[in-house]
Amino acid sequence: MGYVAVKGGTAAIEESIRRLKYERLKKGTVLKVRDIEGGMRGLIDQIMSEGSLYDETLAALAIKQAEGSPEEAVFLLRAYRSTLPRKHYARTIRTERMAVERRISASFKDIPGGQILGATYDFTHRLIDFELMEETEETARAWLREFAESVGDAGSGGMNDGMAERGDASGGAAVFGGASGGSAGGGPDAGALDGLPKVSDYLRKEGLLPDCEEDNREPDDVTRRSLTFPSTRSQRLQVLTRGQTGAMTSLAYAVIRGYDVVHPTVGELRVGHLPVYIADPVGSEDSDAAGSQADPSGESDDDYYIGNVKATEAEMLIPVVTEKVRGKKELEFQIGYGLCYGQNETKAIAMGILDYCLEAKKPGVPTHDEEFVLLHIDSVESTGFISHLKMPHYVTFQSKLDSVRRTKRTTGNANDGERTGAAMEVIRS
Amino acid sequence: MRQAYNFAFFDEGSKREIRRAVLKAIAIPGYQVPFASREMPIARGWGTGGLQLTLSLIGRDDVVKVIDQGSDESVNAVSIKKLITKTTGVRTVEDTREATLIQSRHRIPEVPLGEGQILVLQVPLPEPLRPYEPSERETKKLHAEKEYSGAWLMLFEQIVKYGMTATGADHPVMVHGRYVMAPSPIPRFDNPKMNFSRALILLGAGREKKVYAVPPYTRVVSLDFEDVPFRTESFEGVRCRQCGAEGVFMDELVDEETGEVYHQCNDTSYCLGRLNRREVS
Repeated sequence: MGYVAVKGGTAAIEESIRRLKYERLKKGTVLKVRDIEGGMRGLIDQIMSEGSLYDETLAALAIKQAEGSPEEAVFLLRAYRSTLPRKHYARTIRTERMAVERRISASFKDIPGGQILGATYDFTHRLIDFELMEETEETARAWLREFAESVGDAGSGGMNDGMAERGDASGGAAVFGGASGGSAGGGPDAGALDGLPKVSDYLRKEGLLPDCEEDNREPDDVTRRSLTFPSTRSQRLQVLTRGQTGAMTSLAYAVIRGYDVVHPTVGELRVGHLPVYIADPVGSEDSDAAGSQADPSGESDDDYYIGNVKATEAEMLIPVVTEKVRGKKELEFQIGYGLCYGQNETKAIAMGILDYCLEAKKPGVPTHDEEFVLLHIDSVESTGFISHLKMPHYVTFQSKLDSVRRTKRTTGNANDGERTGAAMEVIRS
Repeated sequence: MRQAYNFAFFDEGSKREIRRAVLKAIAIPGYQVPFASREMPIARGWGTGGLQLTLSLIGRDDVVKVIDQGSDESVNAVSIKKLITKTTGVRTVEDTREATLIQSRHRIPEVPLGEGQILVLQVPLPEPLRPYEPSERETKKLHAEKEYSGAWLMLFEQIVKYGMTATGADHPVMVHGRYVMAPSPIPRFDNPKMNFSRALILLGAGREKKVYAVPPYTRVVSLDFEDVPFRTESFEGVRCRQCGAEGVFMDELVDEETGEVYHQCNDTSYCLGRLNRREVS
């Protein structure tokens, strides 16, 4: 057959996939999934968050399979997610109960409970550490032993007392390392604190932040019913928390740089583990397979603890001028809320900013337009549609060609500018 | 974690949910039914809408054909076929007549489809009004109010600029006298095949999360004006170099040696069928 352009697809694909495997293996090394899980926390957290699936091992496997490409790894997790039935909805998770490993406020130095720096890149100097070239498992073990000893005394036992001291520390830099990972062999919660009061609660008590009512409506599930406009807050928050880190960072950056310039302040940023409970799957009536519950916040002693998820929560304080009676203006704070899987601080903060923008809905500003933001930040959707341009468009192009030729024939002696206009029209795929 | 995938990839609950959306789409011809589009193992924009329809409808007795821009052997058609067989084990064919379920990107086969066949079209941009109205909320209103002057204005502007309508593929159609619909980027040549089609035509847009349908024997009219009628692509005086066919959609190719332009049937299985019959007789 003479179908050079299109024939042989099967063989070409097989060879392409073989070639891809070769690219992954050609240096003769095999990446162990447990090595990825151990050493690529940042990437795993990003992939789980954008992939909307909390499973470190699967994320690590996806990273291996995708040779470290985030968009591919997210894609793998999302596609896998499509095969899983939705069995339960969790009880409402209260972030006050987070086992906090890191918690800062940029608004107040003296927050109740104290600032906890935890593990952060914020104050590292970004100098390539050439010593890591020589790092071995042996040196790592030795370091861990030493670390465990050094934090051992200050660890778990005296933690709460330590907190009090921190609150009193007057040096200004109320920052403390080593709060997390108290002991090398300990669980993720070791050295963490739960039940820390929220900064926003403190502000409410002080009258600086307007009270807001709890919205206990059953959240919409955007993975079960597609997003509709105007969107509900629960839909917005879900789409935002699954959003691509880079896309959200860029949009939030646009907000604070030049489009409706607001200058938000981090009211509180906390990182830690959140316990997840589900209603008794057998006992109570309201917990059928679909998991719809009359009262999602209703908790009971029969709830099952099914594990915990690491998350980053950002509560952004945004100063807003509100108009009161007779044109009198008043300044008050409003909150933008961000919450995402893993330690993804930039993303959580960006989410907080965008959440506020979509609530405020300022007309004419793209970052305040819910369709503009929510329909364009999903990694799988945006990378998919961009990459589809690589597919053959022979038929559509031929069809457009026909129109271009016809206009050329009829407009014959008309001016050239008009003709190129037709040719320039976008060829829709 | 290592469990094998369910028949046709999805869990049964998801399949049922998609089928419900399909039923609604059939009940309201041309109306875009939102559905909770799943992420698929192929990329968004590469036929995930069509694939979700195919996988939610497929049964063990189905016979599947997949084409991409007219070709059964195009890389993406092969890739989709591979995924369908891998997760279902059903038989795939190239012969249009033999297939019960045909998933296609941007072409309706030349061989007329019959009753009992389902044609699934992959749709990149399901909203025919999107070129002039970027907001989903607004276009929903326009559809609800049957306010389609913008769609005609688009065509009118083209006539003013170029003396004719200059749409390429995806020329908008009116379905059952009610909804203006994007027929997916099939060439204008294929638009008339939708009108009173014996086969059920389903259109799936995965990224945009919409399903819509042209049920069998439904009126589908391409938008045009009385004095400037709708025109399909012209292949006048053109024959397929392989099989000699006329009056079908052609690929335009260039002979590498002579630099001469020649044509071939775009629908490869149609072309092959003609060639085979010629050899037999």
